Amino acid sequence: MRASRSGNILESVDWGTIGIFLALVFFGWLNIYGASYTFDQTSIFDFSNRAGKQFAWIIGSLVLGGVLLLIDYKTYDVLAYFAYGAMLLLLLATPFLAHDIKGSLSWISLGPVNLQPAEFAKCVVALAIAKYMGRYDYKIRSWRDLVIPFVMIGVPCLVIMILQKETGSALVFAAFLLVFYRQGMSGYVLWVGVAAVALFILSIRFGSIALPLGTGSVGIFSCMLLLTAVEIYFICKEHRMRWQALILVGSVFAIYGICLIINIFINVPFDWVSMGVVIALIGYNIFVSIYWRKYMLLLVALFSLFCIGYTHACDFVFTKVLQPHQRIRIEVLLGMKEDPAGAGYNVNQARIAIGSGRFFGKGYLKGTQTKLQFVPEQDTDFIFCTVGEEWGFFGSVAVLLLYLYFILRLIAIAERQRNISTQIYAYSVASIFLFHLTINVGMVLGLLPVIGIPLPFFSYGGSSLWGFTLLLFILLRLDAARMEQLR
Amino acid sequence: MINDNYYRRRYVISGIAIVIVLVYIIRLFYLQVIDQSTKDQADNNALVKQTIFPSRGLIYDRNGELLVFNQPIYEVTMTMREMKAGWDTAAFCQCLHISREEFNSRVAEIKDRKKNRGYSRYTPQVFMSQLKKEDIAPLQEFLSMFPGVQIQKRTLRDYTYKAAAHVLGSVGEVNQNDIDRDSYYARGDYSGRDGLERTYEQQLRGEKGVEILMRDARGRLQGSYQDGELDKPAKAGTDLYTTLDIQLQLLAEELLAGKIGSAVAIEPKTGEILALVSNPSWNPKVLVGKERSKNYNALLKDPTKPLMNRATQATYPPGSTFKTIQALVCLEQKAITPNTLYPCSGPGSTPIKCTHHHGSPVALDKAIEQSCNPYFWCAFRDLLQKDGYGDNNEAFRHRYELWRDAVMQFGLGQRFTDTDISEQSSGSIPSTKLFDKFYGKTGWKAITIRSLSIGQGEILATPLQLANQASAIANEGYFITPHLNKNDSMLTHIHRLDIQQKYFDEVKAGMHRVMVYGTGRHYAIDSLHMAGKTGTAQNPHGRDHAIFIGFAPVDDPQIAVAVVVENAGFGATWACPVASMMMEQYLTGEVKRKDLRKRIREAVLNESVKKW
Repeated sequence: MRASRSGNILESVDWGTIGIFLALVFFGWLNIYGASYTFDQTSIFDFSNRAGKQFAWIIGSLVLGGVLLLIDYKTYDVLAYFAYGAMLLLLLATPFLAHDIKGSLSWISLGPVNLQPAEFAKCVVALAIAKYMGRYDYKIRSWRDLVIPFVMIGVPCLVIMILQKETGSALVFAAFLLVFYRQGMSGYVLWVGVAAVALFILSIRFGSIALPLGTGSVGIFSCMLLLTAVEIYFICKEHRMRWQALILVGSVFAIYGICLIINIFINVPFDWVSMGVVIALIGYNIFVSIYWRKYMLLLVALFSLFCIGYTHACDFVFTKVLQPHQRIRIEVLLGMKEDPAGAGYNVNQARIAIGSGRFFGKGYLKGTQTKLQFVPEQDTDFIFCTVGEEWGFFGSVAVLLLYLYFILRLIAIAERQRNISTQIYAYSVASIFLFHLTINVGMVLGLLPVIGIPLPFFSYGGSSLWGFTLLLFILLRLDAARMEQLR
Repeated sequence: MINDNYYRRRYVISGIAIVIVLVYIIRLFYLQVIDQSTKDQADNNALVKQTIFPSRGLIYDRNGELLVFNQPIYEVTMTMREMKAGWDTAAFCQCLHISREEFNSRVAEIKDRKKNRGYSRYTPQVFMSQLKKEDIAPLQEFLSMFPGVQIQKRTLRDYTYKAAAHVLGSVGEVNQNDIDRDSYYARGDYSGRDGLERTYEQQLRGEKGVEILMRDARGRLQGSYQDGELDKPAKAGTDLYTTLDIQLQLLAEELLAGKIGSAVAIEPKTGEILALVSNPSWNPKVLVGKERSKNYNALLKDPTKPLMNRATQATYPPGSTFKTIQALVCLEQKAITPNTLYPCSGPGSTPIKCTHHHGSPVALDKAIEQSCNPYFWCAFRDLLQKDGYGDNNEAFRHRYELWRDAVMQFGLGQRFTDTDISEQSSGSIPSTKLFDKFYGKTGWKAITIRSLSIGQGEILATPLQLANQASAIANEGYFITPHLNKNDSMLTHIHRLDIQQKYFDEVKAGMHRVMVYGTGRHYAIDSLHMAGKTGTAQNPHGRDHAIFIGFAPVDDPQIAVAVVVENAGFGATWACPVASMMMEQYLTGEVKRKDLRKRIREAVLNESVKKW
């Protein structure tokens, strides 16, 4: 089996995925040329422009990919913790070695090229996590085994966010939540995440709502509604007392109805009413959990308290913790501010560029918006605009579907692993690509706030291309070795 | 894998990926297929359409003399957002010879969206307009010092002669109505506002061209879009050759100086208008460029109403000039023969007195010559009463209608619809309806409407109609719609009169006698064989209007003329000499009667008439 490793790898490597990788890289390269194309442009290979430079990076990434495939698969497992430690040191050192590029301290100069260690950190963290969670005695439901991976992820994440001021690259680590989920983390965590985002948006966007003769905070009110819903779910599910649920809903609505009527004559502080309802629900929970010995409901009560606190925290985070530019990006996204010349400029121009592509696009190198550089960062973070403008709906959907196929294929690869550690690594890779795709395209389409992370294989930049190559080809190497592993 | 309790979660994760991509595809569908606004926004972003203005067609007279041409003017535009720090305002002001305050106030005006609704920082805004070449020369030289500033060339009308203002009309900025009606126009464009400029707007304006340039995000121009494939060169307007004889026009304007009145000359054979004069008038140059609106308002306020084209819009009772038509209609409708005699008792005649002294009874030729009122009253009465009155006045009213139809053949009482003269009045030949309304169907008889017999009363005609009437008589039975465009397209617009030619011989003979023995004899030139008819029209506005219609030479008419001088007195004294000299000028190329010319020119009949 091991007689001819190189022959073996050529047979067992997943060529389909390499094909998609090549297609994405090639199409991305064409679009970088389109985005940086100006009127006195010479050639796509001209090293003085970005398409030419990207060509060099692509050649480099192909070499890198080849080398990664030739290395013994065990090396990755063996080196995982060492690499993690080294990466942590490098990340810590980076702010001191880096020079400031657009307010970010994440770039290290190596001769003629700048590298961004954060792009490689994803891969290293994924390998370390995979190694840790791949142990036989690993149990995700034990506190210790959940906390340690979280810390392994959290430390580089915080270093990147706080020391290097690269919020986007740091947020990518949230992708690991999907990996934990797959490995058995409670699904409620995902729901809590969704609820947290929804509550955040509600309390930021709507602040307070006008009622006849008074106002109430939307955040607290929706928090109350959410709680009521959760409560009913548990009452119905856990001890099948539908009539109690009905009474609960009925009394909540009755309280609000009465308050609304009173509000016509006297100003009712609705926030206090909502708060009162929540506290009553918590009390009910505690009573029920003790009386029926359903301790799960205690958690719900805890969650309630947390929610109330969270809506207040949202406001605090939004006004105090977030940087002004981040705050404005969110406000623009939520339609609270119109600022097409300032913070909303990128998003608005992106919308115009994509929209003006119509169904079949303007044709390659014929996009006026990209050609005339109306969209800033159009060859890096906003590269998808070029696709939208020059290739139209047709081309954009094709690219999205190719990515979807790519990610689904990665999931399929993950699922065929016999080695749990490889499966975790594979899910990490799939999740990271999905996260990048979601955030980047969502931002370009104006559905998510502007967070500067690249579109894998498309955006100009050597670090990101090599980072993703590393991520992908290590996976391919491990995948190719799955038959060599016993069991 | 063994004991994988969470195997199904792969579907949840795959589902999340699918849902996200699906949401993005829907969003893309909305942006790229449903939402239509982005296309225009993108074009506005990236494309600058620069209009290339065509030069307007020139206007010539019938002999190829240039009447209207174009002079280049310049406007200075600025694009505010390109005016970055370091822009030397002081030097700019110096180049244009304006003060800092003027500069500031103008810029404030441009930026004020209340006054300048289309303001944008990204597009060129007119800073100063209608500058002469010498005004912008210094700026031109240092233009590169002032980013965002452009000099755009436009053209204004200019005129060779200070004449024919009413006919030529003027060019002015289009208003919102024009823009709504015709998508060709954009705010700030010019179009013909009146006269020939308006009638032939389509021909004269040519076609605007467009040059599509690309502009990058910083507002810098990046060359032409798609290599100029979509550009369109401007197409110059087509020149217009008019029927005017500018020398004749100049003479008529000169002779009418100091008077309110009008003169129209037509070439009978073709219907071409040789001169169309309305006084008071103005120098066409005053309605050009910067001064236009100021001067236009002053003209509007002038109590003598110079803006009205009296030659086509003012209506007068034709007075005795109408007797020519009366004679023709009475002959044709067999009310009289050339030999019919009617008595005249001079000023003692009833119901209409005669203003001249001559023998009695008179026949037609003498009656025209002497402008005998009783003769024409009798002829008119006999025509109307030819069939008696009938039981309910029907026979009489029917006769009246026949008479009216015959009169209207001459183009009276209606506008010329098939012509290029934009402002006209219809005049009036009263209908039976009108008299029925006044008197009831049976309440009016020939005697009631006796004034009509001598061209007074309810009959009103414009000088153009009078000239056309003269032309119809000169042609012995037809006229071609009077017009101003000298192509032959109008020759088919021929209107034949239902009157036998032999009757025209009688009337023409009478009109010739007017110039030999009658009221016009003092101003006739025998060798030119003039024919004419004077008229002195009573009117409610003061002294009588002096009127004359005529043509020459009588056997082969080359020119037909109508002249009206308001409140001047006798037609023979004021209108006839003007017409006579016009005929002389046109037929011989000069006016030999220098003293007469000087006397008429210098006679001021209305003190308030100004030449603008």
